[in-house]
Formats: sequence, C-alpha cells, structure tokens
Amino acid sequence: MKKKAVIKRRALDNFMKVVSFVAAMAGIFFLFWIIAVVFARGFSSFNKEFFTGISVDGAEGGVANAILGTLIITLIATFIGVPLGILGGIFLSEFGRNSKIGNIIRFSANVMMGMPSIIIGLFVYTVIVFNTKTFSGFAGAVALSIIMFPVVLRTTEDMLSLVPNSLREAALAIGTPRWKTTLQIVFRASKTGLLTGVLLAVARVSGETAPLLFTALNSYFWPFEPWWKFWHIFTHPTPNLTVTINDYAMSPFDGLNKIAWGASLIITASVLLLNISARILLREGKK
Amino acid sequence: MINSIPPKKEVKISVRNLNFFYGNQQALFNNHIDVYEKCVTAVIGPSGCGKSTHLRVYNRIYQLYRDQRAEGKVLIDGEDILNPSTDLLELRRKIGMIFQKPTPFPMTVFENIAYGLRLHYKLSKNEIAEKVERSLRSAALWDEVKDKLNKPGMALSGGQQQRLCIARAIAIEPEILLMDEPTSAIDPIGTSKIEDLVQELESQFTIVIVTHNMQQAARVSDYTAFFFEGEIIEYASTDEIFTNPKNKKTEEYITGRFG
Repeated sequence: MKKKAVIKRRALDNFMKVVSFVAAMAGIFFLFWIIAVVFARGFSSFNKEFFTGISVDGAEGGVANAILGTLIITLIATFIGVPLGILGGIFLSEFGRNSKIGNIIRFSANVMMGMPSIIIGLFVYTVIVFNTKTFSGFAGAVALSIIMFPVVLRTTEDMLSLVPNSLREAALAIGTPRWKTTLQIVFRASKTGLLTGVLLAVARVSGETAPLLFTALNSYFWPFEPWWKFWHIFTHPTPNLTVTINDYAMSPFDGLNKIAWGASLIITASVLLLNISARILLREGKK
Repeated sequence: MINSIPPKKEVKISVRNLNFFYGNQQALFNNHIDVYEKCVTAVIGPSGCGKSTHLRVYNRIYQLYRDQRAEGKVLIDGEDILNPSTDLLELRRKIGMIFQKPTPFPMTVFENIAYGLRLHYKLSKNEIAEKVERSLRSAALWDEVKDKLNKPGMALSGGQQQRLCIARAIAIEPEILLMDEPTSAIDPIGTSKIEDLVQELESQFTIVIVTHNMQQAARVSDYTAFFFEGEIIEYASTDEIFTNPKNKKTEEYITGRFG
C-alpha cells in the first residue's frame, strides 16, 4: 500500500517535470523560430546596394540612410536618457533608500517602464512635434530617452545597492567626501553592472517603432546632407530602420518586402548582440 | 562605573554622557570614558552590547544612516566632535578606522593607499610613491606586496587585505586608529601578524580596538573597557580587569560564564 503511494507520487512528480519542461521549451522554440526566419529571409536581401543605397525604386535600393538615422537617434537618446537615469539611480540608492520620496520615484519608474511606447510617442508628438511644427529625429530621440530613463534608473539603483555598505564606510572613514565616495569608489565597484544596464536600455529601445512613428517619422533621404547640415536632425523627418520595416513590410511590392526583412535582421542581430554582450560583461564582472 | 586608572597619560578622547539611538531604540546609555593617548584600549563585551556602536561615534561614521543619532559629548583633544560644525573630512583624516571585514577599494594595491593621500595632501608623484612604501612598511606588508603593487587590492589574502586597510588608514597620518574587530574574519596567522602590528603602532597612535576575543584584549591592550547592554560596566588597566575585576558582571564575562 505504502509502496504504491510512493510510485504514484513519483509518477506525478515526473509528469509535472515533463509538462513544465515542454512549456519552457515551447517559449524558447518560438524565439529560435523567429530568429531562424529573420536570418533566413533577411540574409537573402543583404547585398552592396542594401548597405549603401538610400532610395528604393521597385526592387532596387537600400537602407543606408535608415541605418545611419537609427544610429543617430539611438545615440542622442542614450546621451539624454543615460545620464538622467544614472543620476536618478544614484539618488535612489545613495540618498533615497527607505525614504518617502525615494519610494514614490521608484514606483513611478516602474509605472513608466510598463507604459505602452505608443503613448510616449503620442506625448512627444504633442509636446515637441506639434510645437516645432516638424517631425524630427530629435523628437524621436526624446521619445526613446523617455523609455530608456526608467530602465537605466532601476538597473543603476539595483547595481549600486549591491555594493556593500562596508565599502562606503571604508571610503568615508578615510575622509572621502560623499560625492567622491559614490563616483570614485562605489561606481568603480559596480561599473560592469552599470554598463550592462546601459546596454540593456539601448537594446530595449533599438527595436521601438511606435514612438518613432509620430516623431522621427521616416524619409527616403539621408538624415542630413551634406554633413554640416546636421541640424536637420532637429528640423526634418529622420529615416530609421523600424519605421522603414513598418512601411516596407506593408507594401505590395516584393522588393520592398525583402528590404524590410533585411532591416529586421539588422535590428534583431543588434538586439541579440547587445543582450549577449551584457551577459558576458556581467559574468566577467562577477569574477 | 568603576574607573581606577592612574592619570599617567594624557587623555585623548573623553566621552561624556553619550547616548545612542537606532531610530527609537536606545543602544548606548550614558557612556563615560577617558581614552589615553598612545596606548591601546580594548573594548570587550558580549555580542550586541554596543561596543561597535560606541566606536562608530568617534568618527561619526554612523551618520551614513539617517535613523541613527548620538547625544552627549565626545571630546577629542578637547573639542566636541558631535558638534554639527565639525569638519567631518578633517575629523576622519585624524581618526582612521579598520573594519571587521577587510574593505580594499576596487583598485590596485598602490592606488588603495595613494587614493587617500591625494584626497588630503598635495603631493608629487615621488612623494606619493614614498609615502605608499612607508605606510606599507609600517603595516608590515611591504615585503609581501612590493611586487604586486599594480595588482588589484582584492587579489591579496584576507590578512594581507586587512593590513592593506591599516596601511591605507595610517598613510594619511591620523592620530587615532579605531579597530572594529579587525581580526574576526582573518585566519590565525594573519591575526597574530595584525596583533603584532597593533603593538608596534601603539607608540605612534592612540588605538581603540573592539574585540570579542578576550585573549586578544589581554595580549594587545593597556586598558580595557567592559561593555554590557549599552553601558560601560568597568574600565581599568587590562591587568586589573583580567586579574582583579571589581564588578561581578565583568568577572562572569571574562571567566566565560556568559557572552
């Protein structure tokens, strides 16, 4: 009787193990499927024209302008979002721990992280695009930086909180001012973690489409030409990969569809690369 | 409290009516003690009796935490350091602290010491190198690390890390060294090296060492204060505390009946 119960329990145990394993594999299976499809379809559209051309005429053309535009927009977004996020994270971890204002900021950041990105795009549209009367790469960068901010803020806080207080005390105990303790000692102890946070934040926004749809829009030209007209980033729609995918994938033309697949591959590969680098960095940091 | 110390030496730290609070909870009650210059004072007592808390008032390191506060007077060279106008950076230059766990900075052995030097003094490269070497020698670490100056401080052994922290503390020429159970995370060989070091440093610094190892207190210190439940129960020369304690609680503690 007792033996039977044991056998039954073990069978149930194994059954649950198998079921949960299959469920987990199903999730990973889709990831690999997506990656496989994107790589297979995307690679076939890679050629010299794809990486150097700008205008798309039937089947011929490239997305060099969109690649450059996405790089510029992401870079500007990083320059706005990362310093703000890191400073905010410093406040939460070093000064706002267990304080009321700190809890409010932390909660708001969590809400912000869950905010649909299309709402942020609309917000920037009403605040910047509507008032400047032009779509612009800059407005797109602002939208992306708003998405980055809470991500960087929270990872910065988490990473700084991992630094033991004993290190802060040791620095203060030799007469280090508080700000130097944070920037020169605590930061150094968590620099790989902070860098990881930045990489993940960049990865998070580099695939965003909705916030760019109402802000950077898209264009068939270079972001600015010649190079010294760089202020066009503030005054003209800026080409970018994700909106290009959106435009071309919906097109009835096969050539455009192919280019959309190629652009998808670029985005997928960069996001993968950013995530993998973040992992490697974090592992190196733990050593 | 029983205080039977003949006034042979100058008083360096003089604590009067010190009360300490963690939030609403009081941890120190009316502490009253005179710490003498250029000798070793041991602070002993059972866990949670307030030894470390007491020590952490001297350099006001407790201020890192917003819910901790001290009341009373702590006079160092006659000046009340609990006064809000005290220059904390200068106070902490004057008072070094060694912690339970070694806390090397995340930088090289050399930089660990040079960091504090640059913080407080304007020195040339040569002067810094010279002072780094001198403090490593004083901390009895030079011979072991002279070929590892560019290695990360974390790469040293636990005992070496702790002596690195001592070197870092004495490099900026403090007058007082506070040691908060400096050997509790160190193996026996490392411990005996640090104990030797404490006795060597005694001629230059006023040392206050918190320890829960009574043999250690007996070995290294000149005076001993016994803490119990936030109060200083007895304070006397170490010989007297260990051979002829006046208070029954002290006697029970040092004979191992509790704690």
